[in-house]
Amino acid sequence: MTTPLLDVTDLRVSYPGRGLRARPHEVLHGVSLHVREGETLGLVGESGSGKTTIGRAVLGLAKPSGGRVLFQDQDITHVPPKARRSLARDIQVVFQDPYTSLNPSLTIGDILSEPLVVRGASGSDARTRVRELLDHVGLPANASARLPREFSGGQRQRVAIARALAPKPRLIVCDEPVSALDLSTQTRVLDLFIDIQRRTGVSYLFVSHDLSVIRHISHRVTVLYRGDVVETGPADRITSAPEHAYTQALLLAAPVADPIRQRERRSERLRLASLEPCETKAN
Amino acid sequence: MSSSVKAPEPNTLETPADTGRKSALHTLMRDPQAVISAGILIVIVLLGLLAPLLTEHGPNHSSLDAVNAAPGTEGYLLGGDKSGRDIFARLLNSVNTSVVSALIGASIALAIGVTFGLVGGYFGRRVRGLTEWVFSLIMTFPGLLLLIVLLPVTDGDYRATMMIFGVLLSPGIYRLVRNLVVGVSKELYVDAARVSGLPDRRILSRHVLSVVRGPIVIAAAFLSGSSIAVQSGLAFLGIGSNEVASFGAMIADGFTNLYEEPLQFVWPSLFLGVMTASLVLLGNALRDALEGGRPKASDVVGARSRPAPAAGAANTAATSTASGLLVVEDLTIAYPAPSGELTEVVSGVNLSLEAGETLGLVGESGSGKTQTAFATLGVLPPEATITRGSIRLDGRELLGLAETELRKVRGTSIAYVPQEPMSNLDPSFTVGSQLVEGVRAATTLSRSEARERVLALLQRVGIPDPRRTFDSYPHQISGGMAQRVLIAGAVASRPLLLIADEPTTALDVTVQAEILDLLRDLQKDLNMAVLLVTHNFGVVADSCDRVAVMRQGEIVETGSTEELFSRPSHSYTRMLLDSILDDGAVRTDGPADAVASDSSSAVPDTEAS
Repeated sequence: MTTPLLDVTDLRVSYPGRGLRARPHEVLHGVSLHVREGETLGLVGESGSGKTTIGRAVLGLAKPSGGRVLFQDQDITHVPPKARRSLARDIQVVFQDPYTSLNPSLTIGDILSEPLVVRGASGSDARTRVRELLDHVGLPANASARLPREFSGGQRQRVAIARALAPKPRLIVCDEPVSALDLSTQTRVLDLFIDIQRRTGVSYLFVSHDLSVIRHISHRVTVLYRGDVVETGPADRITSAPEHAYTQALLLAAPVADPIRQRERRSERLRLASLEPCETKAN
Repeated sequence: MSSSVKAPEPNTLETPADTGRKSALHTLMRDPQAVISAGILIVIVLLGLLAPLLTEHGPNHSSLDAVNAAPGTEGYLLGGDKSGRDIFARLLNSVNTSVVSALIGASIALAIGVTFGLVGGYFGRRVRGLTEWVFSLIMTFPGLLLLIVLLPVTDGDYRATMMIFGVLLSPGIYRLVRNLVVGVSKELYVDAARVSGLPDRRILSRHVLSVVRGPIVIAAAFLSGSSIAVQSGLAFLGIGSNEVASFGAMIADGFTNLYEEPLQFVWPSLFLGVMTASLVLLGNALRDALEGGRPKASDVVGARSRPAPAAGAANTAATSTASGLLVVEDLTIAYPAPSGELTEVVSGVNLSLEAGETLGLVGESGSGKTQTAFATLGVLPPEATITRGSIRLDGRELLGLAETELRKVRGTSIAYVPQEPMSNLDPSFTVGSQLVEGVRAATTLSRSEARERVLALLQRVGIPDPRRTFDSYPHQISGGMAQRVLIAGAVASRPLLLIADEPTTALDVTVQAEILDLLRDLQKDLNMAVLLVTHNFGVVADSCDRVAVMRQGEIVETGSTEELFSRPSHSYTRMLLDSILDDGAVRTDGPADAVASDSSSAVPDTEAS
């Protein structure tokens, strides 16, 4: 096996506590994971598990207090702003909320061409590339003259994906990119992610709270609980026969869209819960 | 570029609507207030600029012949003042003085305030602490006094005075910009810009400044107004050079001459008043254009058609045959469009619900499911109009009831569990006091009895330490606990009907399962009817006896849960059920080959759906 594209070892992140002398609050207690070329690693966990923080640390939006982040064998844990800017070519992001992740006062064309122009592309090159990108994500070419508010949530998320694709990155951090979308839109956007991965060989670090979304898009899955990795493995095993009790509880808690199977699943969950006074449950 | 996305998407591929996109300038041009006030300002400024051409005398040229000359005297259009100077010439030159004051005062204030506002708002705590301190210091200076004290330094030149005044105005702009920037820099698109590799300077000038631009433009209009007022005020007091024509000095002259020649006082006052008023009105018009004024059509429409449903409802009630605890018939809700026309968001919805039954109301965003639930609760926003239909609870018509009657129904017969538990608890009161208040409003219990009742309810909804939760503030409990608290409050009066609007959407799945278990338990205990509004088919399969599927304000299909999942009859329901990512949808293809080039679409599109 070649070296992984992204290699995170023993990552720790703390946020400063409120007040002058408050102790910092550690949200990640030494997380290790890696993403290979062309692969999707799903990160699943509930609120407060630190899954979003991992993505932000990889992107340089959160400062790690310990551990190491390697990207293509280069240490990017603490890189100065200038080097971080050149990393932008390789690491990109798609955020959860398509309504606030696009600047409301810029047209789609400006949003997409800006990173290209900053990197020295000429105006006409940028325009050609923007047309290509819009085509890539299934938006009409005339979209570039419009403002974000003229688009639906799913369409905006396509714009956000196009923006992430603009510099031809090697890794895209996807932070709950379909959670704010309707069911039918969700499926189509997920299919778009898969389609893009097949065509470009980009890797995804895909963060979600929804096991069924993770199952749909991931090759491997890492389960997080309160800042620790609980379990990592191939997607089909983790999402059908997990070993750890927390992952099992998570799997059984998600209701399936089938009344008869859901009834069985519910009694199974209640049986498990009554067997062991659940140590995983939050108080 | 040859490859395109495989799946054609009828909903997302269609061209977005062209309407509703107007530039701020366009809106401004159609606002009479903006056009008139800007027009007046332009005329006045032009008069000032053309002063040398329009007048025969300099503003300080004094002639004994012209002392208190009547308006219309040869060469003195508006007459002469008590020193024999041409009033018209002085007026026009005063305009120039005012314009220069406004430009200097406003631009200094903006240059300082905006620059430091951006820096202080965008960069970390330490920088902000410093700028904050400096601007607080500036704010403590007594403005007018300082301007007068510094006269020896400024040599009486009003331009230097206005520069100092600009510095004194800058803290207001600084605070405005800093607050806006702090808000904007937490937005995801600023994060996205950082990730795109844009340097800070570019993020500030392009992403942050473009958002705070509107309020700054508005503030500039007001700053100009106050600069003019202060300059005139100082001149009125006789502070500064006598050589400079100024409205303030003219008003002072006219004032001493008020009984002989009252018109001498009127002209400068009129000009000054019109100029500052135009600036304020222009500022207001700018605010409306840039920050979006509210459409005004809604009230008219709402008032006209509000009483209609009661009459219509009486008819349907008489002829209707449907029975059940809750019966909704032909419910139609409309909202006024900006043009004044009514747009239906819910059209002819029929629902019925028996005691002890759970009905799932499913649909995607914008399908009207929440509007239907809100109509049943009687809490639609005031601009909404129920154009026809009937909602009956236990045989009693709810539409057209007075607000006091409705409140009684809501307190005792219908209860509500919202989507966002946290935002439905008041952060400044303890959980217990809020619940006690609710119980006492609905019953005649004493305070201590209500307290006992609430503690018992908290116990009932599975809160491990009811006494501690009772004394907690909302921020001290988790989202799942908050939802349990709200459920406790909802079932306190043993309601006939519980309306739950996406009760678990904001919660983690493990908590969701517990909350659904709780709702099911309570329903069995109290024999409640539950209207469960959700977009999640898993929740429907878990909790509902029957399901109604909504699309674009209409119910496309109703049926028992098992039937709907096994034999959906409407194509829309089938489409929705097909989009569910269930166990079958495990990703089957391996990691993609690391192809760097975009154009090599060598991998054939064989997609598992």
